Amino acid sequence: MTQTAPVTPSSSQALDEIKIGGLGSSRLRVEDSRFIRGRGNYTDDVKLPGMLYMEILRSPLAHARIISIDTSRAWAIPGVRLVLTGEMMAQRNLAWMPTLSYDTQAVLATDKVRFQGQEVCVVVADDPYIAKDGCEAIDVEYEPLPPIVNPEQSAAPGAPVIRDDKQGQVDNTCYRWEVGDREATERAFAEADVVSKLKLHYPRSHPSPIECCGSVADFDPATKKLTVYMTSQAPHIVRSAVALIAELPEHMIRIVSPDVGGGFGNKVPVYPGYVHSILASILLGKPVKWTEDKTGNLISTGFGRDMYLDGEMALRSDGKILAVRMHADTDQGAFFADAQPSKFKIGLMHSTFACYNIGTGYITAQGHYTNKAPGGVAYRCSFRVTEAMFFQERMVQAAADDLGIDQAEFRRVNLLPDDAFPARTPFGFLVDSGQYDKCLQIGLDAIGYEEFRREQAAARAKGRLLGIGISTMTEPLGAGNSREYDILGIKMFDSAELRVHLTGKAILRTGAKTQGQGHETTWAQIVSHELGIPAADVVVEEGDTDTAPYGMGTYASRSTPVAGAAVSMVSRKIRAKARKIAAHLLEVSEEDIEWELGRFFVRGAPERGATIQECAMAAYSNMPDGMEPGLEGNAYYDPPNLTWPFACYIVTVEVDPETGVWDVLRVVAVDDCGVRINPMIVEGQIMGGLTEAYAMSNMQFQTYDAEGNIVGSNYMDYLIPTAWETPGFELHEVVTPCPHHPIGAKGVGECAAVGGPAAFVNAVLDAIAHTGVRNIDMPVLPDRVWTALQTHQDVSGAPPVRNG
Amino acid sequence: MSYGRSVEVVETAENVRRITITVNGERRVVEVEPRLLLAHLMREGLGLTGTHFGCDTTNCGACTVLFDGEPIKSCTMLAVQADGHEVTSVEGLGTHSELDPVQEGFQAEHGLQCGFCTPGMMMASKALLNRNASPTEEDVRWALSGNLCRCTGYQNIVKAVLWAADKQRLSGPAAAGDTSSEEHVS
Repeated sequence: MTQTAPVTPSSSQALDEIKIGGLGSSRLRVEDSRFIRGRGNYTDDVKLPGMLYMEILRSPLAHARIISIDTSRAWAIPGVRLVLTGEMMAQRNLAWMPTLSYDTQAVLATDKVRFQGQEVCVVVADDPYIAKDGCEAIDVEYEPLPPIVNPEQSAAPGAPVIRDDKQGQVDNTCYRWEVGDREATERAFAEADVVSKLKLHYPRSHPSPIECCGSVADFDPATKKLTVYMTSQAPHIVRSAVALIAELPEHMIRIVSPDVGGGFGNKVPVYPGYVHSILASILLGKPVKWTEDKTGNLISTGFGRDMYLDGEMALRSDGKILAVRMHADTDQGAFFADAQPSKFKIGLMHSTFACYNIGTGYITAQGHYTNKAPGGVAYRCSFRVTEAMFFQERMVQAAADDLGIDQAEFRRVNLLPDDAFPARTPFGFLVDSGQYDKCLQIGLDAIGYEEFRREQAAARAKGRLLGIGISTMTEPLGAGNSREYDILGIKMFDSAELRVHLTGKAILRTGAKTQGQGHETTWAQIVSHELGIPAADVVVEEGDTDTAPYGMGTYASRSTPVAGAAVSMVSRKIRAKARKIAAHLLEVSEEDIEWELGRFFVRGAPERGATIQECAMAAYSNMPDGMEPGLEGNAYYDPPNLTWPFACYIVTVEVDPETGVWDVLRVVAVDDCGVRINPMIVEGQIMGGLTEAYAMSNMQFQTYDAEGNIVGSNYMDYLIPTAWETPGFELHEVVTPCPHHPIGAKGVGECAAVGGPAAFVNAVLDAIAHTGVRNIDMPVLPDRVWTALQTHQDVSGAPPVRNG
Repeated sequence: MSYGRSVEVVETAENVRRITITVNGERRVVEVEPRLLLAHLMREGLGLTGTHFGCDTTNCGACTVLFDGEPIKSCTMLAVQADGHEVTSVEGLGTHSELDPVQEGFQAEHGLQCGFCTPGMMMASKALLNRNASPTEEDVRWALSGNLCRCTGYQNIVKAVLWAADKQRLSGPAAAGDTSSEEHVS
């Protein structure tokens, strides 16, 4: 580990970048200092004078008409200050709110409840216990309606229309979308030697950060200013959304996202609970705190996945892919609340097969309303790329099997070669760079592929079932470029603002919002790289919309590609001004000034120099005539393209033929995310992602029974791996610098969660290849494996779950 | 307020119990409603917000504190059950000027990301090291299996605890704990 040592600036010598905590330094995290002392400041830690507490009453039924709501017993409880119903919201035109996908969502139910856990009433009281008492005392009479829990039921003739609140909505179709070349794809399929087909379901999963959602809304009746402390990955989007929804002037809204206890996409949308707390604070003139409980979080806030695939590949007998055809059905729940760029109704699903040369392709997609929680958030991924890459790598495995070609060889034949870049995909992306063969080979060598195959055969002879699974993928990270990517019309740029103080210390603010990624540490490293200011001399702040520049927040691995680039660019602006100051101090013309880390010097006379700190001092005390004082600036960065990291994940497993239980033997990860700002943090992100991949393949999912009851509504049902089950990880790296990012970095935080699941599932299916089973839906639970071993049939995991 | 901070409560005054509890070495007398959870008393009544609510069902361990030296989940224990007992929270690890080796280890080995599970994770780690000064990787994984982390994948948390054990052994009193490996049931 590299500790940042105090550095004495010297005007005669360049600095050692690693020593000052610059690019490539595994600098220990500055934010840890407060977290390890229990001095983090999360939303639930915010306590304001006179604060009241809010609780939400949720629907026990998945689909029902509301006959009546009687709140009189709740109002009678001492300490209850406010009870809100949908009717009261409707009187203020706030019963419905827009989602991030141009749909509407009920803030409090008025006509019907449309999923189990939907918000029906709100109670505000002197403490949360009394607020809960208040919820218990509300009497709601429901008339049950038939629940719909999957796309098949949703699209069936005569199915009840869930969204009868929407004019012109005659069925349960949420959207239709298509991309690619249908005719060329059909021609390719007609010429194929082999057509490989696969049907599968990527189960509903919940990002489930350990910290649930919450807010403290504080409307000041005197100044009319609204301050909201809240668990948000994107505080500026929230400010604009509140301005638009609640019709409050935007300059009188301050959103503060303090420390966030994990996000993973769950904390991007605007949830009804936030809106309730805001309205309650406005009505009562007091701060109102909402702290969601785990069940509330799991059953009502943004889930991920829940997508069904019909995939086909047209193949030539020598292993070449000729075309890919896919149809995806997404289960959106009751409201279309995906948090994704406006133009793309199924996220970046069409980034599928971006690492392969597939000739041509055609994708269709349909969204379905169901009586399930709304969402479809980018759960640790760049808008549905997790499904895209999982389907891709499961189809690749099936295709290799169908052709009788080794899975590694099949990939080698079809992966883009190093000289292919920039490579246009059949679905319109431009993949920037990569060394795919090299990554694959490092992975195969690390796992000992050939040797494992021999071991596997020997074990098979003794009745033991070993398997090896590979997943290779590139994914588009860092939305967006503003031509193609926007959320609610706001372009997906990001921003940074840097102020260098008189003594050469600095404060940096960005439009991103860290939730564990370590921005307070890594952004300072970028400044250090660009300016030679030691990272320890740069403090980083994010999350307060009154002080931070406008940005789109942190999700979809966009921080380093977009905000990180803005940090570079603002630092370069500062350096350009400092160069003029250096010329003034050294009494030469600017053209004669050279830069090396931490100092300017006179060309041809390197001993004559001025440090960046000396320039900072001069910016306030000795600037040249006519120069504006100060050394600060900002930068808004609109990326020219997405960044395209590549990864190869290889997993070996052993399946117990008696029980269907499978154990992970080894996990090898080869990640190429370009230049690594802080290798320690990058590796931490990869291991976190691999754990989520393991979780999704092995245990973690949400499903529904035929009545619309959710299974996976608390941590007793919603299984998350502990330290005991989680396997160890072996990490390797390749560095292909991103050609269009200022420091050559690519996104990385989500790669392993995106590419990892297929490696685990492919490994289990490889272990039971003798059964001829093509698919077991995730999570690959022991009973599903056991069923496959017994029946030699594919095993579906689609809801409704069987009772008993 | 029923958070055990004052005796001003009017409506619920008849339903209040006076308890004595030693928190991080300091004796505290508080009045609480019988239904008040220990974690709420810690966070709201005593202002010790390092103890976090994660799951409400004893699964995630973000609320782990030491109760007479043993790790417990304070989200499912009532404050009144702590009457006459000693509770140590993350705020009681280390001192103002000096960190506990567990805290140092978590930073040195990048054993945390968002930091939300960290206090509970460190308290469970501390309890392990108190009874076993030389744990194996397996010992650590078992001891932390009641604490969930969504960020790290645990590998660095395990390293952090082993780092702390090394540091404690090298610098601490020679008599620390039993060194034998623990029994696990899996």
